[in-house]
Amino acid sequence: MTTETAGSTELTETTEATDTTDATEIRPAAVEVHDVHKWYGAHRVLDGVELTVRPGEVTVILGPSGSGKSTLLRVINHLEKPEVGYVSVNGEPIGVRRHGERLKELSERVILGQRGRIGFVFQNFNLFPHLTALDNVAAAPVATGKLTKPQAQELARELLGRVGLADKVGAYPRQLSGGQQQRVAIARALALGPGVILFDEPTSALDPELVGEVLAVIKDLATSGTTLIIVTHEIGFAREVADQVVFLDEGRIVEQGPPTEVLDHPKHERTRDFLSKVL
Amino acid sequence: MSQSPGAAVSLASAPPAEETPELSSAPRTARLAEAERPGDDTAPRPLAAQRVLPLRRPGRWIATAIVLVLVAQIAHGLVTNPFYQWDRFQYWFLRPTILDGLLITLEVTAYSAVLGLLGGILVALGRLSRSPVLRAVSWTYTWLFRSVPLIVVLLFLYNFSALYKTLSLGVPFGPAFFSFDESRLATDIVVAVVGLSLNEAAYASEVVRSGILAVDQGQHEAASALGLPKSYQFTKIVFPQALRSITPNYVNLLINLIKSTSLVFYVSLLDLFGSAQSMGSTYPGDIVPLLLVATVWYLILTSAVSVVQFYVERYFSRGATRTLPPTPLQKLRTSLRDLRVRARREAAI
Repeated sequence: MTTETAGSTELTETTEATDTTDATEIRPAAVEVHDVHKWYGAHRVLDGVELTVRPGEVTVILGPSGSGKSTLLRVINHLEKPEVGYVSVNGEPIGVRRHGERLKELSERVILGQRGRIGFVFQNFNLFPHLTALDNVAAAPVATGKLTKPQAQELARELLGRVGLADKVGAYPRQLSGGQQQRVAIARALALGPGVILFDEPTSALDPELVGEVLAVIKDLATSGTTLIIVTHEIGFAREVADQVVFLDEGRIVEQGPPTEVLDHPKHERTRDFLSKVL
Repeated sequence: MSQSPGAAVSLASAPPAEETPELSSAPRTARLAEAERPGDDTAPRPLAAQRVLPLRRPGRWIATAIVLVLVAQIAHGLVTNPFYQWDRFQYWFLRPTILDGLLITLEVTAYSAVLGLLGGILVALGRLSRSPVLRAVSWTYTWLFRSVPLIVVLLFLYNFSALYKTLSLGVPFGPAFFSFDESRLATDIVVAVVGLSLNEAAYASEVVRSGILAVDQGQHEAASALGLPKSYQFTKIVFPQALRSITPNYVNLLINLIKSTSLVFYVSLLDLFGSAQSMGSTYPGDIVPLLLVATVWYLILTSAVSVVQFYVERYFSRGATRTLPPTPLQKLRTSLRDLRVRARREAAI
């Protein structure tokens, strides 16, 4: 693996760093979902979702498959555009701006800039296979001109150390196990110092014995005060880390509250039904 | 397996365990000895310790022999048939006229390959664009230049330049060609390069487009979710991954391009084939050796491209495979080592 130089020439664009200490600092963000509706053709995926996540809070979204969990998560960082409603992070609307009484779409460039404040971790990791773990993590701060290349690599080394992969900096994604890949993906999401991180079923593609190592990293993030929104089927994990649990069904929030309430004493029939199936 | 006892001992180079009395007197080995080697009283190894005899494949040997005979016949014919005139081949192979032609072929190929690929990338991006106008224009371009034969494009451009002599000045890459003294030659090269590039770009666009489409949608999403700028997403994330599947297809095009340059003969440019052809009309008796000279040079060019292809593909497979494919030298070393190991093992059993 070390016979080839670790893709160090891949990332060339560097601009003067404006703020160097900023990237690792945790500034938990508040997330508000305002009456979001989303259709795929004639099919209504999200039907008026309202959600408030306070800074530093961990929210777990549960729900049967097809209930709109992933779509809701993707609407939050504007990978999907809602037809009605909007999402704001720290009060700033994402992907849109107020124009008098209307909402107006922002340019792609601005939206890409906003995404730096919202980390996203995919179910299938989606690491860049042609870049080493180090370059995967260092890519975003360099590409967005936030850090110079050496600074970004320094940060990447630190973040990979934090997720327990200090010895894998030079490895390509395919040389890593699923759990290791997902941890690199988490480090990559942390590289821009986001105020909130969204997890879309982060352990669903993993072998059972690898789930624990990824959950441990997420738990570490939860206790360090980052705002997290997690779609998962790991009910035990939800009980352990969640400040609020949201149960979604057919594009609507059926029930929400602290885990002791929603998980142990669900009020709605559908929540009870779902929990009896997954527990 | 009916060797004499003495021979069996010397072949097996007798490991010490074989000679220990309690093992050789065991009933199992005794039974085996009866079944496998009648009359062999030196006690063979138990069945499980023996090497499995490989299946004989007589059909494969016969087919191999037939093919070898055919190959030998062809080779013999090539060498002995006076029709090929190998002495004349030798005379022509490194003649300056032929080498000048080779140079023209290389130049036209190099410029057309680069411009064709760049054009192909632009047309592919047009095809993948969200703008319906760009999509339609790119599609029409590909449709047009894939439909019109290259020779027609070349002749059209040739006559075009006869009408508008200053056209070559407007071509962005024109100045590079003014190193030639004869302006007529420069114009011919420009015509050839423009024609071949237009043709090449049409095909290359499809190769590039298929490469870009082959990149997983998750890569676009991840790049987008990280907020990477659009241009960075394409140049550093999507395109490098697309190159892996673009490379073999583009090399196909490139090899085709090398051979297509023989058409520039018709726009009065003396490339490799053109030189051979014109020498052939001056020395009609030498036409066959001259064609052989051109053939061998084309073979050399194509082989060189294939070697480069191997290393380029190897470079782009970083990350796509867990280990890089071995280079020919590494392969040779491994097979030599394997051979040694095998010889040692066979000697031991």
